[in-house]
Amino acid sequence: MKFDTPATTNPIDQLKVVGQPVDRIDGRLKTTGQAPYAYEHNDAVRDHAYGYVVGAAIAKGRITGMDLRAARAAPGVLAVVTAENAGALGKGRMNTARLLAGPEVDHYHQAVAVVVAETFEQARDAAQMVQVSYAGAEGAFDLAAARDLAEKVDQSASATGDFEGAFATAPVQLDATYTTPDQSHAMMEPHASIAAWDGDRLVVWTSNQMIEWGAGDLARTLNMPREKVRLISPFIGGGFGGKLFLRTDAVMAALGSRAARRPVKVALQRPLMINNTTHRPATIQRIRIGTGRDGRIVAIGHESWSGDQPGGGPETAVDQTRLLYTGANRLTQLRLAVLDLPEGNAMRAPGEAPGLMALEIAMDEMAEKLGMDPVEFRVINDTQVDPNDTSRPFSRRQLVECLRTGAEQFGWSRRSARPGQAREGSWLLGMGVAAAFRNNLVMTSGARVRLDGRGEVTVETDMTDIGTGSYTIIAQTAAEMMGVTIDKVTVRLGDSSFPASAGSGGQWGANSSTAGVYAACVKLRNAVARKLGFNSADAVFEDGQVRAGNRSVTLAEAAGGEGMVAEDAIEFGELSKRFQQSTFGAHFVEVGVDAATGEVRIRRMLAVCAAGRILNPKTARSQVIGAMTMGVGGALMEELAVDTRRGFFVNHDLAAYEVPVHADIPHQEVIFLDEVDPMSSPMKAKGVGELGLCGVAAAIANAIYNATGVRVRDYPITLDKHLDRLPELA
Amino acid sequence: MKPFTYERATSPAEAAAAAARRPGAKFIAGGTNLLDLMKLQIETPAHLIDVNGLALDKLEPTPEGGLRIGALVRNTDLAADQRVRRDYGVLSRALLAGASGQLRNKATTAGNLLQRTRCPYFYDTNQPCNKRQPGSGCSALGGFSRQLAVVGHSEACIATNPSDMAVALRALDAVVETVKPDGTTRGIPIAEFHRLPGDTPHIETALEPGEFITAVTLPPPAGGRHVYRKVRDRASYAFALVSVAAVVQRDGTGRVALGGVAHRPWRVEAAEAEVPRGARAAMAAILANARPTHENAFKVTLAERALHAVLAEARG
Repeated sequence: MKFDTPATTNPIDQLKVVGQPVDRIDGRLKTTGQAPYAYEHNDAVRDHAYGYVVGAAIAKGRITGMDLRAARAAPGVLAVVTAENAGALGKGRMNTARLLAGPEVDHYHQAVAVVVAETFEQARDAAQMVQVSYAGAEGAFDLAAARDLAEKVDQSASATGDFEGAFATAPVQLDATYTTPDQSHAMMEPHASIAAWDGDRLVVWTSNQMIEWGAGDLARTLNMPREKVRLISPFIGGGFGGKLFLRTDAVMAALGSRAARRPVKVALQRPLMINNTTHRPATIQRIRIGTGRDGRIVAIGHESWSGDQPGGGPETAVDQTRLLYTGANRLTQLRLAVLDLPEGNAMRAPGEAPGLMALEIAMDEMAEKLGMDPVEFRVINDTQVDPNDTSRPFSRRQLVECLRTGAEQFGWSRRSARPGQAREGSWLLGMGVAAAFRNNLVMTSGARVRLDGRGEVTVETDMTDIGTGSYTIIAQTAAEMMGVTIDKVTVRLGDSSFPASAGSGGQWGANSSTAGVYAACVKLRNAVARKLGFNSADAVFEDGQVRAGNRSVTLAEAAGGEGMVAEDAIEFGELSKRFQQSTFGAHFVEVGVDAATGEVRIRRMLAVCAAGRILNPKTARSQVIGAMTMGVGGALMEELAVDTRRGFFVNHDLAAYEVPVHADIPHQEVIFLDEVDPMSSPMKAKGVGELGLCGVAAAIANAIYNATGVRVRDYPITLDKHLDRLPELA
Repeated sequence: MKPFTYERATSPAEAAAAAARRPGAKFIAGGTNLLDLMKLQIETPAHLIDVNGLALDKLEPTPEGGLRIGALVRNTDLAADQRVRRDYGVLSRALLAGASGQLRNKATTAGNLLQRTRCPYFYDTNQPCNKRQPGSGCSALGGFSRQLAVVGHSEACIATNPSDMAVALRALDAVVETVKPDGTTRGIPIAEFHRLPGDTPHIETALEPGEFITAVTLPPPAGGRHVYRKVRDRASYAFALVSVAAVVQRDGTGRVALGGVAHRPWRVEAAEAEVPRGARAAMAAILANARPTHENAFKVTLAERALHAVLAEARG
């Protein structure tokens, strides 16, 4: 089904099932421990051995020798695979660095070997007997030092009007630089895979957000035909972008299995994950805003520097600045430095999350310079059209409504405009606001829908559920379309033998994948109507029956003994080019800062989101409060510490890389504005999960400033960054 | 993890004797630190002596009016004990500021005293570390040192002791009771128990080879207000940037020990004369010899400000 004209009324609009706060249909499986995660497919795979990955001990250089004798002779060892004996390997399209090092080492903890043994403990013990000698090479590990060597990137670059001239003559100006650190996804479930060969065919049970990408890249890496690779990933214990791509667990399991002639399971050990896999790259961001005395933006410029492995890409931290606020003169520019740190890539709202961390502090600083309320300053700089091309409207943009609703609900009027004024005992109190913005991406997505002789519906698509609720919203979609209750729908996900879907990433999954299911259901409805001799436009699917005129047939009868099946995909046309599709929100935060120690504790959080139709307010709320929690992490604690001498992230476990714990998270409120967006898809929905993160950290930063009067422009805002500027103690 | 042999000890003296017989042996109780380190091959004991069966899990009054804490008393039980809460509140508070409920249920008093540093370079076997591999060098010096020591460190090591409990015990003048492999017993004042790194950072305590901790004894209650303030980057389940254990009397005098700043709980008795004059004077004396790195210089300011808050709380 091609989607190239705005959606009109369709069966989804009934909202009998879609739009309802339905419990997760996979909830019971998960809470009772019966949902099999990647490492747990013990029913499907018997007689498996265990692989343990050895990571490179240097950041850059060359392997000069490997002594595998002790490892091979260790008890239970079945195979040791290294680049020497792995055979020729290709590289995945989505991978920057190779997933098996040798002889060159591209980054710290890049895999250099996998040891396969009968038991996990034997594999781990033998892995530690692998002796590798290296010749280290000089590398570049310091973004600040490499900044001047960074080169301009075309991606996300824009220039509208005369930015430099307009900024230079603007009556009120801000020119400030902000930094965000390298961050790690830190999901609970590690990267894990079980590989089993059947002749020249390979099946891998894994944990991957994007099945089609993963299967393609695994085939490319192993130099084998795509159709001989099958990926199965029904449940995923968190990904956050860290599982968008093929990673070494799948490759090592496949190579280890081939060498050992046994199925092999591999999970990346936690201390390896941070340097072996991808991370969110650090940024240095310079923002310039010029306004008139009335607060209207006349010039806005955002430049960002980041680094990556040779051939890698930038963190697209300037994207939101192209679209979020008005202003006739605009500049955005990314610059990329070559660094020899591990590979940077997508993590939790890539681009906008770190970009808004900077931009939305800058907006707060600018409001203060103007003597304006930060909410009002944002409101008067709203735009309903793409400011780079004013003939191009937003499909639906309710930023102002989000800000106004949030201000009202949060009690924003109680905020003191002057910082450092509110106090409660030993706590300095402050409130902060930030706009939330994330583009709505749409991706081709396919599904197969079956109707069986019992009138039950089965949906198959390689869409993944990374804890987000995909199973549930897909079931809701099929139930609504086919006129059955949700308990009559079975959803099967995450298998590359199913039709390729949008997958989970960039908050495109919910809208795109349900639209794909919609398309398949439309096809199935038409087939049912045709089979019954109904005019498909007249056929009503309701209460497990198909009705037209005064004739009514149960779906079970309609399907007959053999059942019926339809497969289709949603393909998106030009609407997203003619209309800018984005999601909007506003985050409000109240913090307390300990007047003595500078410790920051969040007291209240509110998110107001306008993101198209909310397919399931319960699962959507869960996504948003999870995202807000990530925002707390980004604001207050998450930082990969770079050892710029040795070239690696030092704090590579969950004791040292801190993410929020329960005690850090206060009451969180989420409000979804009523919105449907007929430009986005037949579902009229947009993404919402990542919107919940975008802007949170800046709202916290602004609240801290409001509490203390000390502006910190370097994340995370740990107490050492404002301690020496806090008021003297009486 | 290296393969190891295992036995269950039958008595404290026998445990010590067994450890002396087997070079590379380690005692194991709660295992909350040792097992993690074994999986990473930071600890590679050839033999484990399980002491969990020994009847060392009692809290009992001493004839002097103090409290004797068995080596195997779990952190949870110690923190919850009525006598500890009443008479040694700083200890209860320190324990509850550490780890998580699950870990405190397993972790023992002696094991807590013997937990090893959380220096991230110690935790990465690819990096030089004089603690892990004597003579290999200290990669933390000049590296990521935000969490590391500001006082009492050496060119060989800038690690900190991660324990909260030990900081409170230092303020309380606890004594560590032990039995040696030859069966003799002794009491080691807590001030002498943990060592500074010097040239031998791998030797962390005054314990001799095989020497086994049987109890920790607290002197009679010192009275005063007991405060433990732990400052960290998140609200729970994190090691201290700085912690302050204080016992402050009505007249303003008091004892102060710091965590998160040195290779051992940091207390300077001679500096405590300054406590009545306030946090600035006291901390200037307590951290007079501080030599922080660029990354952890804030700890000196933080310690002073935290002490300020502690003294205010003790007065209030």
